[in-house]
Amino acid sequence: MIRVVLPPHLRGLARIAGEVELEIEGPVTQRSVLDALEGRYPMLRGTIRDHITQQRRPFLRFFACGEDLSHELPDAPLPDAIVSGAEPLLILGAIAGGD
Amino acid sequence: MSKVRVLVGTKKGAFVLTSDGKRERWEVSGPHFAGWEIYHMKGSPADPKRLYVSQTSGWFGQVIQRSDDGGKTWIQPGTPPGEPTTGPGGMPKGESNKFVYDTSAETGRPLTTHQFYDGKQHPWEFKRVWHIEPSLTDADTVYAGVEDAALFRSTDGGQNWQELSGLRGHGTGPRWQPGAGGMCLHTILLDPSNPQRIYVAISAAGAFRSDDGGKSWRPINKGLHSQYIPEPTAEVGHCVHRIAMHRSRPNVLFMQKHWDVMRSDNAGDSWTEVSGNLPTDFGFVIDVHAHEPETVYVVPIKSDGEHFPPEGKLRVYRSRTGGNEWEALTKGLPQKDCYVNVLRDAMAVDSLDKCGIYFGTTGGQVYGSADAGDNWAPLVRDLPAVLSVEVQTLP
Repeated sequence: MIRVVLPPHLRGLARIAGEVELEIEGPVTQRSVLDALEGRYPMLRGTIRDHITQQRRPFLRFFACGEDLSHELPDAPLPDAIVSGAEPLLILGAIAGGD
Repeated sequence: MSKVRVLVGTKKGAFVLTSDGKRERWEVSGPHFAGWEIYHMKGSPADPKRLYVSQTSGWFGQVIQRSDDGGKTWIQPGTPPGEPTTGPGGMPKGESNKFVYDTSAETGRPLTTHQFYDGKQHPWEFKRVWHIEPSLTDADTVYAGVEDAALFRSTDGGQNWQELSGLRGHGTGPRWQPGAGGMCLHTILLDPSNPQRIYVAISAAGAFRSDDGGKSWRPINKGLHSQYIPEPTAEVGHCVHRIAMHRSRPNVLFMQKHWDVMRSDNAGDSWTEVSGNLPTDFGFVIDVHAHEPETVYVVPIKSDGEHFPPEGKLRVYRSRTGGNEWEALTKGLPQKDCYVNVLRDAMAVDSLDKCGIYFGTTGGQVYGSADAGDNWAPLVRDLPAVLSVEVQTLP
């Protein structure tokens, strides 16, 4: 069971509260987690990674176990603590100035 | 008695303001989609309960929202008519919407490029929907003007979008360039007397017209003069801020350009300046009285470098002569220390008698006049910065 924490705007869009829990068969990677997340919540398609390129949107970051995984390859295995459900995968909106 | 519904898009959510036909007391609903930028929301003339919203975010991208009950509930289009909008677990089934630019049928490569800030050619990249224009006759057909500038159409209630790529691909694309706010298609006018005729305006490219339902396009910028571009009378490259028409005279267009207020009496084939006695002819909004096709409204802004009203006085200017002769409308508007802006999609008129005029400011105020501009009062005054204002007149 994989745990994912979404930023508040995306929780609002998907109408969920708290963490998302996902069952994933096969390798647990950024791609497989996002595929499962978007499969459960289709309205999130295009909001975390681009509809077409599947690239992470520039102002979003992926964190887990105190590490920034944003620049890891999409198919790289996620840490064991994520796979076991001990730690959540955090999807964060980057802090940015402006309004 | 008639009702009025004012749809307000702001930097941090959508608000719906409602009143009876007297337009004295207003109820405020919102924020809807709190925290998201609402570039535009507009109701369908064919079905006033059908509302479309452009919800966008620099972090999370573009979402189209739709209401089929006048704003009480919302869905992201993607659920076939008649099917439940939620799945077995109660989760919404709709999905956010894709805006994918056409590619060349011959090469499979991107259709064209545009000029970037550095003067080099740059590929089109989708950023957001600036303006939504529902069809005049079919609630499921809706147009979207987007950044980078292009026109899309959906015929299934906002679920699937197809580019009308004759606009971007007709040949002048490489000479379009972004203005300070990006390269956006912000104005879409549908001719009520001719379903084949569509006008659009792009910053900074100019105005364009289609006479075949959006398949082919041509620039309509003759008479525009822009000193800030290398060739001031060029076919394209003009920073048009807004175009308005009266539905009874769709061949007469009024334009607020970056600088200059312009008028065309021949469907955009040529333009003449009608700035007349305005204190400054820079501005963003322009609109036409619902019952008087020669009565036009603008909000002069000091300059492109100083986006606030001249002398700190918020004044709407009205011309009853189709331009050139303008009078300041000030009653109820702040006449000192006012330094807000009024953005291009933030003015609208209702169709009651007397005509109601509404506009929103970057300071979060929405002002309204129930007597064609003679007297003004704030409907609400502490919203986030207002990006867009639309009005529905309801039975």
